[in-house]
Amino acid sequence: MAGITSFGGYIPRYRLSRMVIVQNMAWYFPVIMAVAGGEKAVANWDEDSVSMAVAAAYDCMAGHDRKGLDALYFASTTMPFADRLNAGIVAAALNMRENGVSNADFASCMKAGTTAMISALDSVQAGSRKNVLVAASDQRRTKMATMFEMFYGDGAAAVLIGNEDVVADYLGSYSINCDFVDHYRGQTKEFDYGYEERWVRDIGYGKVIPEAISGFLAQSGMKIGDFAKVIYPCYFGGTHKAIAARLGIEKEKAQNNLHAVCGDTGTAHPLVMLVAALEEANPGDKLLVAGFGQGCDVLAFEVTDKIKDMKPRTGIKGSLANRVDLTNYQKFAKFRDLITADLGIRGEANPNTSLTVLWRKRKMLLGLVGVRCKKCGTPQFPVYPTCVNPKCWSVNDFEDYEFSDKEAKILMFTGDMLSPSVDPPAVYGLIAFEGGGRTMFDFTDCDLNQIKVGMKTRMSFRRRQTDNMRGFTGYFWKAVPQVEGGDK
Amino acid sequence: MATGIRDKVAIIGMGCSQFGERWNDGPEELMVESFTECLQDAGIEKTDIQAAWFGSCFDEVGVGKSALPASMSLRLPNISVTRVENYCASGTEAFRGAVYAVASGAYDIALAIGVEKLKDIGYGGLPEFSTAMGTLNQLWMANFTAPGGFAMLATSYAAKYGIDMSELKRAMAHVSVKSHANGALNPKAHLRKPVTEEQVLNAPQIAYPLGLFDCCGVSDGSACAIVTTPEIAKSLGKKDLVTVKALQLSLSNGTEFAFDWDGDHFITTSKASSEAYKEAGIKNPRGEISMMEVHDCFSITELVTMEDLHISERGKAPRDVMDGFFDLRGGGVPCQVDGGLKCFGHPIGASGLRMLYEMYLQLHGRAGQRQLKDPKFGLTHNLGGFPFMNVCSVAIIGKQDA
Repeated sequence: MAGITSFGGYIPRYRLSRMVIVQNMAWYFPVIMAVAGGEKAVANWDEDSVSMAVAAAYDCMAGHDRKGLDALYFASTTMPFADRLNAGIVAAALNMRENGVSNADFASCMKAGTTAMISALDSVQAGSRKNVLVAASDQRRTKMATMFEMFYGDGAAAVLIGNEDVVADYLGSYSINCDFVDHYRGQTKEFDYGYEERWVRDIGYGKVIPEAISGFLAQSGMKIGDFAKVIYPCYFGGTHKAIAARLGIEKEKAQNNLHAVCGDTGTAHPLVMLVAALEEANPGDKLLVAGFGQGCDVLAFEVTDKIKDMKPRTGIKGSLANRVDLTNYQKFAKFRDLITADLGIRGEANPNTSLTVLWRKRKMLLGLVGVRCKKCGTPQFPVYPTCVNPKCWSVNDFEDYEFSDKEAKILMFTGDMLSPSVDPPAVYGLIAFEGGGRTMFDFTDCDLNQIKVGMKTRMSFRRRQTDNMRGFTGYFWKAVPQVEGGDK
Repeated sequence: MATGIRDKVAIIGMGCSQFGERWNDGPEELMVESFTECLQDAGIEKTDIQAAWFGSCFDEVGVGKSALPASMSLRLPNISVTRVENYCASGTEAFRGAVYAVASGAYDIALAIGVEKLKDIGYGGLPEFSTAMGTLNQLWMANFTAPGGFAMLATSYAAKYGIDMSELKRAMAHVSVKSHANGALNPKAHLRKPVTEEQVLNAPQIAYPLGLFDCCGVSDGSACAIVTTPEIAKSLGKKDLVTVKALQLSLSNGTEFAFDWDGDHFITTSKASSEAYKEAGIKNPRGEISMMEVHDCFSITELVTMEDLHISERGKAPRDVMDGFFDLRGGGVPCQVDGGLKCFGHPIGASGLRMLYEMYLQLHGRAGQRQLKDPKFGLTHNLGGFPFMNVCSVAIIGKQDA
C-alpha cells in the first residue's frame, strides 16, 4: 500500500520575536500590534527555499538510501530559478541518481506541496515509481511593517512516498481547484500583493477548507471524528478555530498552526504541520491534511506500527528546539535584502559562474562528493587525479565518497572582519571528517565566541553567492559548529 | 651530482625604493627608483646587464601581465626579461632566476627586480583574490582573506601546545612591537612609529585572534639586485663580496589541506630551511645565522616560522619571543632588522628582494642605526599563500669567506 515511508523537517535557527518587529515598525503601521505574540522562524542570510529543502530532504532520508529515489518533487513559490530545474539542484545536493529518475518543480501556489504529494502517491499507487521524495520549502520576502511580515516564517519539510515499510498509509485525497486570489506575486515582483483580510478569512480559508474537507469525507465515507489530527494551515488564529468549530473538530485534534513558534511557511506549511503531527502520532492514528491556495487539497493517512522503527531525526520538533533569538531587526532586514548596507569595494567582485565547470564538477560542488582512494583508502576532498596520501600517490584509482552526511572536527578557525560578508565576521576554518578527509569550509549558524578547536561540525548546503547582475544563485556546503547543549 | 648554489654567485649591487603609500607614483617610477640606486651601487652600465627576471604578484591590479612593464620602465636594451609570479615568493623567485642564470654560465650579469603597486585599488588590505584563484576554486573555496587564513594558525597552534590565547596574543604583540622598534630606525620603512604591547593588544580585531597591529603594512615599493660570478665581481674591483649561500623553495602539495597536519607549523618552511642550511653548510642555525628577515605578514606567521627555521624548538617560540631573542639588541638572532613586512611594508613582488637588500646592507656595514656587529650569514624567508597551502622560499646570503 502506498503511503509515507519517511518524513523530515527543517526550521531555520533564527527566531524573530514579533514584538521586535512591532518595536521597530509599529510607528509605520500600528495594526501589526494585533498579532504581536510569538515568534517567526527566519532563514539565515545564506539560506533560501532550495537550501532549506535540501536540509529537510536529508533529514527525511535518514536511514534510507538516497540512490533508491526514483523522483524528487520540489514545491515552492520562491524558487531561485525560473528556468533551471530547481528540484535538480536539490537532487544533486542529495547525490541522487541521474539516470532513470524524473524530477519536477511544483510551483506558483501555496498548495503546491500537497499537490506534489498527491502526484507522488498517484505514481507509487500506479506502480510506475517506488520511491518519490517530496520536499516543500518557502522563504518569502515581505515588505516591512506588513501583516505578511508578521505571519510569514521560513521553513521546509519533506516526505518520502513509497510502498514498503510505510509509516502512514495513504487513504485517499480530494481537491477543489478554483481561482480564489487572496494574494498573488506577479512574475517580476518581489513581494506578495494581498487583498482585504476579512474577505480572505471568510470566503477563502473559512469557506474553501471546510468545503474541501467535507468533500473528502463525503467521497470516502469517513467521519471527522475518525481523525486524531486534522491539519490545515491558516495563520488567522480566529479563523483557524472557526474552521474547527464549523467542521466539528475537537480543540486538541486541530493541529497547531505553529504561528507562535515559527510562522506560516507558505508552500511548505501543510507538510511542516503534517511532519509535526507525525512526530507525535501513534500507530492507528488517522491524519487529515489540507493544503490551501487557489482551492484546497485534502489527503488522509493512517499511521502504522512502522513509525516506531524510524531512525531518530531532527524533524520539526528538533529544529524548533534548535533556536537562537534574532534580536536585531536591521539584521533581519539586511538578511532579506530589504535595506542596503555597504559591502565595500572588496565585496564588488562578481565573477560569473562557469557552467562548464559546474557541469563537470557537479557532484563535488552540489553533492559534496569526494573520493576514496581504492589503494590506500584515504577519503579526500577536493579531488585531484593523484591521491593526496604521500605514501600512496596512486593516480585515478578512486571511488566516490560522500562527505555531506559526515561529522567533522574543527582543526583551526577564525572570524574574519575583512572578508566581505552579509553577517560579519565571516567565520571559516579547516575541519577534519570522521573517517578521514579534511578541507576548509565557511561556517554558518554559529557564534564565533562559542567556537573552539576540536568542536564537532555538521555539513549544511547553503547559498554561496547570489549574482544579481546575471540572476544566478550558487550553492556549496558549509560547516555548522555543534555547540554542546545547544546555543547559549 | 648537484653541488648547490653556495658561493657561485655574488651580489654586486642592490637598490630599494622608499616603501609606503606612494600615491603619486606608479610601478614604473618605483622600479626606476630602486634600479637607479642598484645600478649606481653596482657601478656598471645598464648595457652590461644581459638578462633580467621580474617579480610581481597582483598583475591584475598592478603592472599587468608579461615582463614588458619592467623592460619598458627601465628601457632595458632588448634583453631577455622573464616575469615570475609565485605569490609572496615572487621577489625571491626573480632573484633565483637571475642567480641560476649566472651560475649556469648562460649570462655574466643578470638583474632581478620586483615591484608591487597595491595602493591603487581603493580599499585597505590586499586586493580581493576570488577572481584570481581559478574558475573551480571560486565556486567552493571558503570566503577567506590573507589575515583570516593566517589567523586560523593561532587557534590551532594554541590548541596544540595548550597555550592560553591571551598568552599567545602577548607573544604575538611582542613580535610586532619589536618590528616597529626596528622600523622606526629605518628611513625607507613604511611605518616608522614605535608601539607598545598594550597598543597592539587593544587594537581593533581584523580576524580572530589577529588585531590591526598583528598585520603587516600594505605598501607600494620596488627592490632589485644585480648579480654576477665572484670572479667577474672581483674583475670589476668589488671587495668584501656578498655571495649567495643557499636558495630553496618548497611548495605544499595538499597534505596540510586535505590529508594530515595539526595546523601548528609550516611543512614547507621546515623543509626549505633544512635544505638551505645543508646547501649553505650551516649546522647550527640558532648559533650561526646572524640575522633574519622572515615573512611576517602576520605576527603569528613570524612566531611559528621561528620554529620551522629550526631556530626555536617546537612549542618554544613564544618563550624565545618574550625573552627578546629576536630583538635587535637582544643577544639572540635579530629578526626583522629593517622593520620587516610589518613596518618596512609588503609590496609583494618586491618583498623578497627588499629582505635581501637589508641583509646586503648589514653584511657591508651600511645599515646605519640598525647595524649589527659583524654579521656573517643573513637569512630571508617568504611564505606565499596560506598556512594550509603555500609557497615558501628561503635564501641565505653571507660574506664570501663565511
